[in-house]
Amino acid sequence: MDIAIDTSKSKYHVDENGYYGRFGGAYIPEMLYPNVEELQRRYMEVLKDPAFQAEFEDLLKNYVGRPSPLYLAKRLSEKYGAKIFLKREDLNHTGAHKVNNTIGQILLAKRLGKNRIIAETGAGQHGVATATVCALMGMECVVYMGSIDIERQAPNVARMKMLGATVVPATSGSKTLKDATNEAIRDWINNPVDTHYILGTAAGPHPYPDMVARFQSVISEEIKKQLKEHTGNENPNYLVACIGGGSNAAGTYFHYVDVPEVKIVAVEAGGKGVHSGFSAATTQLGKIGIIHASKTLLMQTDDGQIVEPHSISAGLDYPGIGPMHAHLFESGRGLFLSATDDEALAAAYELSLLEGIIPAMESAHALAKLKDLPLKPEDVVVLCLSGRGDKDLNTYIANMKK
Amino acid sequence: MQNRIDQLFASGKKNILNIYCTAGFPELNDTVKVMEALQENGVDIIELGMPFSDPLADGPVIQDSSTRALQNGMSLHKLFEQLAGFRSKIHIPVILMGYLNPVLRFGVEEFLQKCAETGVDGLILPDLPMAEYERDYKPLFEKYNLDLIFLVTPETSEARLRKIDELSRGFIYAVSSSSTTGKNTDMGNQEAYFARLKNMQLKNPVMIGFGIRDKATFDAAAAHANGAIIGTAFIKAIENSTDLKATIKDFVAGVR
Ligand SMILES: Cc1ncc(COP(=O)(O)O)c(C=O)c1O
Repeated sequence: MDIAIDTSKSKYHVDENGYYGRFGGAYIPEMLYPNVEELQRRYMEVLKDPAFQAEFEDLLKNYVGRPSPLYLAKRLSEKYGAKIFLKREDLNHTGAHKVNNTIGQILLAKRLGKNRIIAETGAGQHGVATATVCALMGMECVVYMGSIDIERQAPNVARMKMLGATVVPATSGSKTLKDATNEAIRDWINNPVDTHYILGTAAGPHPYPDMVARFQSVISEEIKKQLKEHTGNENPNYLVACIGGGSNAAGTYFHYVDVPEVKIVAVEAGGKGVHSGFSAATTQLGKIGIIHASKTLLMQTDDGQIVEPHSISAGLDYPGIGPMHAHLFESGRGLFLSATDDEALAAAYELSLLEGIIPAMESAHALAKLKDLPLKPEDVVVLCLSGRGDKDLNTYIANMKK
Repeated sequence: MQNRIDQLFASGKKNILNIYCTAGFPELNDTVKVMEALQENGVDIIELGMPFSDPLADGPVIQDSSTRALQNGMSLHKLFEQLAGFRSKIHIPVILMGYLNPVLRFGVEEFLQKCAETGVDGLILPDLPMAEYERDYKPLFEKYNLDLIFLVTPETSEARLRKIDELSRGFIYAVSSSSTTGKNTDMGNQEAYFARLKNMQLKNPVMIGFGIRDKATFDAAAAHANGAIIGTAFIKAIENSTDLKATIKDFVAGVR
């Protein structure tokens, strides 16, 4: 497997100082230094270890159910006039791509001798995936979740509890993903020795963006093989993924960023419209700054206060974006679009009826932009269907009645 | 060039008391009033918090004070308006403490220039990495004669402590235990760490902070260093005060 592949020659992967262009780094208070420094020093050595890779691969295959299928969605293809493949991360154990990363990180945590795990979660998918691997490994698990998200993602809260995790509501700030992340970081400051923080997206201080991207890179490693089997060519014309912090997108793009003929498309949450004041479209609304110890694009006031974003999807409701994606945006390598709440809802209903697949609200944002790509019949599109929609049924039912 | 912080430590004074207060708190225009009362009651250094929406290193009490200050309308521009002319009344050292993002947005050089213009002596920016400071900002801090005060913790290695000592100016902020602000640290358990700091014979003075909340903890910490810093306990004392002057007088008298 290629999780430890050498990326030092790439313009789009992390450099030796932890930066992607002018984005990235580790803007941490001294209290976090020993933990973050240990990760920086050790993560590549652990990822390179064949025994680690074997254990990771075995769990992905036999526990998660990988490889996930690359499915040619015929009716969807017909509708949009191109060959559209869905990378079915929704079929993973726990229902989203998040588990690829939590398996990798819990194995890493074990190697570092940690016995207590903390995590943040927005939609609850990362929380569930973390609680799952903690149960699997018999480790203590504390998940921070914004109190607003606890309400809108109730089934996932119940799942985490059933899996033995303690779910702690984050009641500060906007009471969503950003604040849950703050609380997890504060917990880590207060527990500097025995705790590993399983961050759920390709954001946060170096080495998290690269480490998470590497654990998620199994997505593009599989796409290459599977697409070649399907079409004879491992390169699609378009790769499409939704972006909250950017982990499913980082995994989807990982082995393709240096292949110029593959167009990279990232879809952010437009909320009620990019300029409505209720949006999470970071690349359009953000400016460079620091969020969760990473220098990246983030939504902020002129005074440098971080703004509360809005999205119908709890997993995309984040005012920042991982530094890799900020660089893909700024360098022009990626095409960044945004889908509104309504567009995403429509796309979710459409996929359900056309393909018999109910997507996660997050993934529906990626689907919603198929209509805006200049597709030709011979084009091959691979779209990361990052998760399934069970957790969003309440939202779907409520909006169907309208 | 010696500034007010250097002069204070050079005077040989012991048990130096540094009190933290969030700017624009409890009410928007209390910033300078609080500073005046602190000086009147014999506080040695004032640490003024620049409120931020996402203060990662702070516990709930200081977080809430930040939120309240922002709701009051506090901003960096407002702060510099409030500080204009404060040196006609306040002569003790003043340090601004805050997170990097608002400073970046303001513009680092503009910010430092404003600090120097108004009469601020030093800065604490806990999320500014040492390497970045050294590479990008050190000459600017020197240009404006502003001290940058770094944090160290019980987990900071000796080699790193030496490096921090080399880069710090003013004093070193020794965090009493690895924690966010406002935890009730037992100073008695930290004596080995405090002794280690003392034995290193650092070139900078050392102030101990985090978890200092009353006379007992202040004395315990100050015995091992040049003095100590109180934050959360002071915020708690004034957050519901109806008479700031009296509350601050009582608070400082209780510690000294
Ligand atoms: C199904 C699904 N897709 C996407 C995301 C967004 O996260 P990321 O941008 O890290 O892939 C989430 C986050 O909760 C999710 O649950």
